[in-house]
Amino acid sequence: MSALTVKGLCKAFGGLQVTSDVNLDVQPGERRLIIGPNGAGKTTLFNLITGELTPDAGSIALFTRDITHVPSRRRPHLGMARTYQIITLFPHDTIIHNVSLALLGLSPMRWNPLIDMRRLAHLTEHGRAALDRVGLGHLADRPLAQTSYGERRRVEIAMALAQSPKVLLLDEPFAGLSIDERRDVHQLLLGIPRDVTMVMIEHNMDVALEFAERITLLHFGEVIVEGTRAEVVADPRTREVYLGH
Amino acid sequence: MMTRIAGYALALAALLTVPYWMPGVYYVNVSSQILFYAIFALGLNVLVGYAGLVSLGHAGLFGIAAYAAGYMLQIGFGHSAAVIVAITVGLAATAVYAVLSLRATGIGFIMITLALGEIIWGLAYRWISVTNGDNGITLHGRPAPFGIDVDSADAFYYMTLIIFLVALAIAAVFVRSPLGAALMGTRDQPRRMNALGYHVWAIRFWACMFSGLLTAISGILFVYYTQFISPQTLALTSSAEVLLMVISGGAGTLLGPVVGAALVVVVKSVVSGFIERWNMLLGAIFVAIVILMPEGLVPGNARLWRLFWRKVVAPPARAAGRKVESEAKP
Repeated sequence: MSALTVKGLCKAFGGLQVTSDVNLDVQPGERRLIIGPNGAGKTTLFNLITGELTPDAGSIALFTRDITHVPSRRRPHLGMARTYQIITLFPHDTIIHNVSLALLGLSPMRWNPLIDMRRLAHLTEHGRAALDRVGLGHLADRPLAQTSYGERRRVEIAMALAQSPKVLLLDEPFAGLSIDERRDVHQLLLGIPRDVTMVMIEHNMDVALEFAERITLLHFGEVIVEGTRAEVVADPRTREVYLGH
Repeated sequence: MMTRIAGYALALAALLTVPYWMPGVYYVNVSSQILFYAIFALGLNVLVGYAGLVSLGHAGLFGIAAYAAGYMLQIGFGHSAAVIVAITVGLAATAVYAVLSLRATGIGFIMITLALGEIIWGLAYRWISVTNGDNGITLHGRPAPFGIDVDSADAFYYMTLIIFLVALAIAAVFVRSPLGAALMGTRDQPRRMNALGYHVWAIRFWACMFSGLLTAISGILFVYYTQFISPQTLALTSSAEVLLMVISGGAGTLLGPVVGAALVVVVKSVVSGFIERWNMLLGAIFVAIVILMPEGLVPGNARLWRLFWRKVVAPPARAAGRKVESEAKP
């Protein structure tokens, strides 16, 4: 049984084929890296998997369940979480409120208009625990507006982790980070237990290659090469489209 | 904290004693107007301030509830039936309004609500058999809730005050609730909210319904206050006026719409007695607010007050606070 199965996925924006017949088969606990030049359709693939875009053809399955027609807002409830390449957080609120919103999204309490949210102690507790995991526990009550870019990247990851996903999709978690911050995030990702399956898009090859067990290379919306880290790095087609000659 | 509680207590005491310190019946009536317009503005603020959806058709919803109450009374029903039907019709109209306008956000939402408001205005103007067209509907008498006659200005004021305080309390609870937090989340990051498992459309729909409930209640208070309703009440200028109350007072704050309602009603009814061109004065005030306090009077004054506090009243405390904060950093 695979954690994430994508079969024959296609998507076109007008005449531009951004995803063409993509197949993915990610095993439970696997660390999968998706690479490809700019415009290869990596983020589009994520948007299709999370349901923010509707595929023209093909199917997506999470473990045994076909989720192709499940609305995107239901997918987190089934165990799928993602982070965004462009930081997408709630700028007027504190860090802990951001993480609490992630937890609340999976709770039936989210429809309650009558109780005080601060009384939901389990949200705050679990939120703090998620922040501790990414090393931001001491900044929990700080307004997001007063945090650095690197801290926000980690808040993104904390929000995804707070939802205890089975499959975690990371869209360029190292983008725009300094070398030190990159090392911190890398350590953080290595510390995530194996019951979480991770698929990561990344440009930053040195860290990403260390992270990945299997690599999928996309180019113009197609899977060009797929295999273990060594296979993909050694493949001449990889050098041709991505790593340079 | 203590000063804040004292401030609220003082404001409440002032509201409770309005008929005793206002210089005349006229001013008690103006106070009633401020309060039911404040309920209207609170309702619109749920959308404008907390959902980030600017509606330019709310006078239509306000008017539908007012007309429903007026029509029921005209064809011979009692006050309780009229009020219940008016709230039901107001909510039903809001549901239709929400389903149609929530297809879009931003400018699209504004344009659809504007069009819906105009359609409702057109109905009020042309559907003469029900609305009596331009002549409007005249009511005879006010209700007597729990046997208390509210024909006098003072009694009507107290009834409006009670409803206003309940509405304000409900709004305060809503804003702090999980659903309120979710609504503000959909305002700031709808895409992320969807990816976190929230049903963005449904959250916005319920926000519309809450807004419509407050709007319908204020519409009913309005029609009982003036004892008259005509298409003029539903016009675009009314929608714009209540939107200005929300924005000038401070969208997305609890007390902003109340302050905005007070500002607009006072200039319209009191200052207009002294200055013929009161419209121009109101315009000038709005321009001044937009330039000096674009966030609105309530948050703007709060900002000035904090600045004053930091610079003038307690500057050493601030320096000490900063030191502690920098030490806490890793």
